[in-house]
Amino acid sequence: MAQFKSPADLARTRQRIISRRARKRFIAINASGTCGLAYGSDQVFQAFVAEIERQGLTEQVGVRATGCLGFCENSPIAIIFPEEISYFRVKPSDVPEIVSKTLAGKKLVNRLLYKDGNGKKIVREGEIPFYKHQSRIVFGNNRLIDPKSIDDYIALGGYSALSKALFEMSPEEVVETVKRANLRGRGGGGFPTGKKWETTRNAPGEIKFVIVNADEGDPGAYMDRSLLEGNPHSVLEGLIIGAYAIGSHEGYVYVRQEYPLAVENLFIALNQAREYGLLGKNIIGSGFNFDVAIHRGAGAFVSGESSALMTAIEGRVGEPRPKYIRTAVSGIRERPSNLNNVETWATVPLIISKGADWFTSIGTAESKGTKIFSLVGKVNNTGLVEVPMGMTLREIIYDIGGGIRQGKKFKAVQTGGPSGGCLPESLIDIPVDFDELTKVGSMMGSGGMIVMDEDDCMVDVARYFLTFLAEESCGKCIPCREGIRQMLHILIRICDGQGQTGDIELLEELSEVIQDASLCALGTTAPNPVLSTIRNFRDEYEEHVKERRCPSGVCKALISYYIQPERCQACLLCLRECPVGAITGGKNLVHVIDQDKCTKCGTCLEVCPPRFAAVLILSGEPVPAAPPQGTKVERTKGTQQ
Amino acid sequence: MAQKLSKIDRIIAKYQADKSALIQMLLEIQRENRWLPPKALERLSQRLGIPTNQIYHIATFYKAFSLIPQGRHAVSVCLGTACHVRGAPRLLDRVTDALCIGPGETSTDMKFTLSTVNCLGCCALGPVMVVDGEYHGNPSGKEIKRVIAMCD
Ligand SMILES: Cc1cc2nc3c(=O)[nH]c(=O)nc-3n(C[C@H](O)[C@H](O)[C@H](O)COP(=O)(O)O)c2cc1C
Ligand code: FES
Repeated sequence: MAQFKSPADLARTRQRIISRRARKRFIAINASGTCGLAYGSDQVFQAFVAEIERQGLTEQVGVRATGCLGFCENSPIAIIFPEEISYFRVKPSDVPEIVSKTLAGKKLVNRLLYKDGNGKKIVREGEIPFYKHQSRIVFGNNRLIDPKSIDDYIALGGYSALSKALFEMSPEEVVETVKRANLRGRGGGGFPTGKKWETTRNAPGEIKFVIVNADEGDPGAYMDRSLLEGNPHSVLEGLIIGAYAIGSHEGYVYVRQEYPLAVENLFIALNQAREYGLLGKNIIGSGFNFDVAIHRGAGAFVSGESSALMTAIEGRVGEPRPKYIRTAVSGIRERPSNLNNVETWATVPLIISKGADWFTSIGTAESKGTKIFSLVGKVNNTGLVEVPMGMTLREIIYDIGGGIRQGKKFKAVQTGGPSGGCLPESLIDIPVDFDELTKVGSMMGSGGMIVMDEDDCMVDVARYFLTFLAEESCGKCIPCREGIRQMLHILIRICDGQGQTGDIELLEELSEVIQDASLCALGTTAPNPVLSTIRNFRDEYEEHVKERRCPSGVCKALISYYIQPERCQACLLCLRECPVGAITGGKNLVHVIDQDKCTKCGTCLEVCPPRFAAVLILSGEPVPAAPPQGTKVERTKGTQQ
Repeated sequence: MAQKLSKIDRIIAKYQADKSALIQMLLEIQRENRWLPPKALERLSQRLGIPTNQIYHIATFYKAFSLIPQGRHAVSVCLGTACHVRGAPRLLDRVTDALCIGPGETSTDMKFTLSTVNCLGCCALGPVMVVDGEYHGNPSGKEIKRVIAMCD
């Protein structure tokens, strides 16, 4: 592979790749993304490769293993280009039919098409509601790229932004463009990227570092991983452009070791970029030198914080330090260091190619461009979605997400990860951008969006996040280490039915201290999940404390499972499945739960056939006395055992 | 042991005995042995000139490292937010019952180690259990038992 010595070399190679592929159709399968693989997309991919060869179509059809395609719920996914025919939940056994009907012929395999709420079949990817309302400017290329092939990226115009920056723009102009685009960091804080670059650029010292933050510690977000896995070159191109703008010659990608496929794809990408002369000495013949090393993080949420991450790169324990001096001025080995999130870096090439004006035309007044969210939890269409800033939560959850699963009622949406908050129904018409979310006591964070329904207990959710944070606090500063732990004790107490009058106020008071006195943002934002649930769902806290009642039926100490004798059809299912043998009864005899033996595992509720729906969760009320032993069931009409 | 040490020396050589690559070396030792044997840490300390207490500081700080040997089969349950709201605590209870070990523990016959993780990035499958790299979305009690019985 020859190294590019000039922009013309890059352009020629691109032309060559495109013309070589001109007549080829191709089929994309999400077999190079962890979510797809978990659903068995690799077997589907292998089946396509074999079948296309068997039917002699290798000349006409290319097969591509792509990264995450967003609509994880319906994996394995196969999309046929250029028509964008989309097949969902494809099994290896479906493959011969797809190849002979759709690839060799022009027929569709109807049963694999997307069906909308009214049962209407939709053929084209872009017309499916889940995709139709998105603007996938950053994430959309995943579907056109095999992440292990730099040629795929170059064919789409990849690295032309880098070439433009190096040959047509001065470093100052690059910084200025990013500033004008008003790009804000996608990693949590929303700090203006151009401003940060400028500080690092102007900081004294010859040696400077640029770093990609791919630690992605938010336990419910995976967009960074999907970008790195699915389109590593876009992140790398952004990083090289940033290095040029800042005047850095050494970079790092800090990626958590829990993401082996991301590390693998990135490693391949770095090597391919070096072979093409896009990384290393004299990049594209411009005289600019830059190279990147991968640093794997060993699993600590707090290590995603900027000063902690830089300490970890030095090989020490990744704990934060007080930031009297910003890392932009003194970071890795006390050199000026610029850290940005994966998604931030991946957005940079687009801004350079298409210009700041294009970017500022998308989004709201102070939040420009798009944001990728992981839309998960109790929503029908689970997956990664990219929308312009300013779309409302309702549009995201209902138009894209297809509403709440199993026809349940929406209760809250949690955004911003462990530093964020839970927003109730009354707030779901707010436009989603950095400032609006902060205003209502939550955060954009890295883009986790967890939808909750009537069965989720808000006190339990607060307890969940504080458990996470108590474990992840590095322990260096006392307000965070001890304060979070005390708050957690109180929350556990409330969930256990031992809440005391004044607990809620005590939580609020502790929150204030932790917010004011903690060393890093882990601590200062840690009370958010508690404060936002108290603010928006105070009744629920009060019910736990005063009435010893968990209205959602989640907190184990406050609930009992009960079989309604008049509904029980003695089908024996729960009786057999109960892991502790707490259910008595028999054929034709009403089943009864022995409350003393019951461990509240919920198995009975789960296995009770929905048409009987005999099992109830009771909270805050006594369990009715059991019918006398040997009571026969009343057969309800139309049900037969 | 001599053989093991030379393996560690190879890892050290791969990173040119660079102190700042300590975490990377520990990750490789962890991957090869599924834990960090004390002898290996002593060797690292000698070769790199880093006090053992500093190495232990790192080894105990990060979740990826284990200072006790791990079972042959790795079972983990995702406790990420999305899995939590879809019933991960109940799944964890069931897996705990089925394996007779709690999270973070290894069975006495060294067969299983149970751990918890935060978001595996396949929230659509949630709640998720992973056994030796195989994903199982919302497995029923029966399925958990079946999967566990298949491990030898
Ligand atoms: C406790 C803690 C954890 C963080 N984890 C991450 C993370 O996993 N990924 C990330 O990009 N930023 C994380 N951040 C934010 C970073 O400190 C930093 O602001 C960000 O990477 C800067 O990039 P951006 O300006 O492009 O957003 C974390 C911050 C804190 C306080
Ligand atoms: S929360 Fe479990 S996979 Fe994401």
